Amino acid sequence: MTAIPMGYGLLLAAVLFSLGLVGVLVRRNIIFILMSLEIMFNAAGLAFIVAGSRWGQGDGQIMFLLILTLAAAEVGVGLGMVLQMYRRFRTLDADALSGMRG
Amino acid sequence: MDLVLFSIAAAVALFSTVMVITRLNAVHALLYLIVSLLAAGFVFYLMGAYFAAVLEVIVYAGAIMVLFVFVIMMLNLGKATIEQERAWLRPGMWIGPGLLSLTLMAELIVMFTQSGSVATGHVVQAKSVGILLYGPYLLAVELASMLLLAGLVGAYHLARPPAQVDKRQS
Repeated sequence: MTAIPMGYGLLLAAVLFSLGLVGVLVRRNIIFILMSLEIMFNAAGLAFIVAGSRWGQGDGQIMFLLILTLAAAEVGVGLGMVLQMYRRFRTLDADALSGMRG
Repeated sequence: MDLVLFSIAAAVALFSTVMVITRLNAVHALLYLIVSLLAAGFVFYLMGAYFAAVLEVIVYAGAIMVLFVFVIMMLNLGKATIEQERAWLRPGMWIGPGLLSLTLMAELIVMFTQSGSVATGHVVQAKSVGILLYGPYLLAVELASMLLLAGLVGAYHLARPPAQVDKRQS
């Protein structure tokens, strides 16, 4: 029934996830790290949608909804932490916070 | 036909994602990230998940990206802000994301005009999603609402103005 083979969709999701992972590992600007996390969330949601479409069930979309909720909460808290970090350290470099006190 | 549409949307998504992680400027990366999310929404539409496609555009590309824009703009409340924003949004910058978005829009027009010949996957209506959401997944909905509440409280606490922080510490 599905006109698009499931493998293509899953391949797209896997490549998008890998790109997001590369972004998290390579970039050191905290805003770019958060954006790459969004890419990874989106790729995971895409995989759920592809699987849900393959079997014609609504569960994939429900998992996508939950991922959407998680991404919204994560971005809210993460960007609040970015604001705190910029206020205290005047930088957005994630490596600048690698040291601990004590 | 739909495989061609899927391939074009996937290519747009991959290209804009690569552009996101290679940009040096956060605003430019954000433009490409929005295009990437729109392309993913189009793929959802092709897969027959109409409700998820709508949510992807409204919530992801609409609401969550606006949060990023807010924070990027808040971090740059300096003296040279206007010149900086002019440099960020110079006209040449719109060409790349604009062309990619136009590609997606052309695909959407093709999709609507030839709706008979383009077959999507299993169409899962929003109604069945809603029935499932408030049936077997009721606990997950409650947990998601608590997660959102925790995120709200956490974001409010973390992004407080620094004056209040100093008052409490002193």
